[in-house]
Amino acid sequence: MKYRRAGLLGGFVLNACLVLASAHAEDVIKIAVVTHSQSSDSYWGVVKKGVDDAAKLMRVNVSYDAPQTTDMVAMSRLIDAAVTQKVQGLVVSIPDAAALRKSLKAAVDAGIPVIAIDSGKDEVDKLGLKLYVGTTSYFDQGLLAAKRLMAAGVKKAVCANHEPGNLVNESACDGLKKGMDGNADRLEISLDPTDTATRMNAYLSAHPEVTGILALGAPPASNIIAALRKRGVIGKYKIGNFDVSGDTLSALSNNELLFSFDSQQYLMGYLPIVMLTLNAKFGLMPISNIYTGPNPVTSQDRDKIATLGKKGMR
Amino acid sequence: MGMPNESIETSIAPKGVGSDSARSERLSILAKLLRRPELGALSGVILVYIIFYCLAGSSGMFTLRGMTEILQVSAEIGILATTASLLMIAGEFDLSMGSMIGFAGVIIGLGSTVYHLPLYLAIVLALVICAAIGALNGWLTVRTGVPSFIVTLASMLILRGEAISDTRAINGYTQISNITEGDPDSSAISLFGGNAAQSLFSWMAHHHWIDANQAGDPSVAGIPASILWWVALTAVATWVLMRTRFGNWIFAVGGDKTSAINVGVPVDRVKIVLFMLTAMSAVLFAAIQIMQVGSADTLRGTQKEFDAIIAVVIGGTLLTGGYGSPIGAFLGALIYGTVQMGIVYTRSDADRFKVFLGVMVLLAVLFNNYIRRRATQAR
Repeated sequence: MKYRRAGLLGGFVLNACLVLASAHAEDVIKIAVVTHSQSSDSYWGVVKKGVDDAAKLMRVNVSYDAPQTTDMVAMSRLIDAAVTQKVQGLVVSIPDAAALRKSLKAAVDAGIPVIAIDSGKDEVDKLGLKLYVGTTSYFDQGLLAAKRLMAAGVKKAVCANHEPGNLVNESACDGLKKGMDGNADRLEISLDPTDTATRMNAYLSAHPEVTGILALGAPPASNIIAALRKRGVIGKYKIGNFDVSGDTLSALSNNELLFSFDSQQYLMGYLPIVMLTLNAKFGLMPISNIYTGPNPVTSQDRDKIATLGKKGMR
Repeated sequence: MGMPNESIETSIAPKGVGSDSARSERLSILAKLLRRPELGALSGVILVYIIFYCLAGSSGMFTLRGMTEILQVSAEIGILATTASLLMIAGEFDLSMGSMIGFAGVIIGLGSTVYHLPLYLAIVLALVICAAIGALNGWLTVRTGVPSFIVTLASMLILRGEAISDTRAINGYTQISNITEGDPDSSAISLFGGNAAQSLFSWMAHHHWIDANQAGDPSVAGIPASILWWVALTAVATWVLMRTRFGNWIFAVGGDKTSAINVGVPVDRVKIVLFMLTAMSAVLFAAIQIMQVGSADTLRGTQKEFDAIIAVVIGGTLLTGGYGSPIGAFLGALIYGTVQMGIVYTRSDADRFKVFLGVMVLLAVLFNNYIRRRATQAR
């Protein structure tokens, strides 16, 4: 009796498995998104919103995976898993091409169309990816920031780098320096507000000729603005920054911030899903990179952007 | 080596394996098997595979390629878990393993790219330096009486900070690329990052016994070296623990330290050696990843110490020491690696990844404990 019951139970489990498995084997287009940062990050959360919205609209099955820590080997394994699943499209960010090259090559060799987002513009041709959706290089954004600061009357500026050693940030500072004909210093700050305030204040007191500041992210920008506001000297400085947040938007409308460069990262999530779906269905694919930023935001655009922010699209 | 020391065997019978040797002879083979610490973990492996077969049976997870990837992830955790299990049986923790991976990677990377050392020399240098740091961890623990949890927490921070600052000072950037290009013919690349049995796999692909791509090459080039290292390390650790005097000492140190000292077990020396082993397994982990990928990053290995400890605990080793086995740690790593990669194949929302992982780990441990309790009650 006992054995028969066990047999019945076993049969039941197996049947349940088969039912579940067949439900999974639907004929839906499968696309995988693998990024180096979790979607709990404010920037990547917006990318994921774009991915989810497009997936719903296109009626495709999209997975979004990221390593638990910024671990390139773990990320390469996630790319490998996508290839094993035979997805019809792959969307990846490529912050460290050396570590991901092998896995990306395997994906391309398996005939999977790959789109790079956020980072990896230079890898498109090297690895045979389809295209890149993201901002222009940080160097070019630095140049553009220099132009805007100079137009506002800044003669000498400082590049506040909250991630010293991050190659991408360093190149933005290089761009600013080039654009200002060498009249731009570099200041190492961090993401800590107290640390930022003391270093920024010390630097600005020692360099009274500096009137322009470029911050390379939204949180460091709001830290700098808060520090200068506290000292009552914010009116003296023209400040620009990369990325948009609630804080930077209100600073824009108070004219404490001159401009923000928006990456429009919603598009980095949305567009690749649309393109890869059309590619899977009809073999269509744009032939060149798509630049979503830098999209300069000033006090005039504030309301429009704030509305989008509430919808999770910024 | 050889025969266990009789006096230790009888006077300080450890809580788990190896105790009650006279009585166990009377038990049936089945009952003996049920008392092994790895039995619960084995049931956990079966449970996890049934669940994933249900959730992701047709996703590609159970193809040769999918399984190889899962085993690779398990192998890396398992290499750390093997030595961590020995240390935990002896009643200590090493939280610096993850940082040690980053630090060892920096030594190998800078040694090869900046100082142009041959790869083997760079790896040996990393082994020597990290073993010395491991010995220091052990020495501080036994000499000061500060819990190893705290000592290695400190070295976890120090090593990670040291790795980042040294690399930036020397290299200007916290990632080190093209490490294997300075010594491209070194057999170290295949020893740590290569694939074994490649011709066998090609042959099997040719005869359509395993999956092949359009060009007729096998979907998996061979058995990744990391998996072989994992199996070999587990076998050696098991042999040491079960068949040598040093193994008896490990159980004695973790089971009851005072009696261990009383019967002349060199408690301090045992612990220091075990800390050196955990450090050296971190170097092996670093060498494997570097030879596979060709680059190092100061952030490599972040949180791997927790992965290793989780695998050891899933494998039935007690956090209090004195009971456990490397085979259990092997199975624990297999469960953890399978869950980690399996979730990707279920294509469920990645936001829930950690929830799922936590639930699976808890289920595996509870199930493991339940089976063990049932088994030990039954005798």
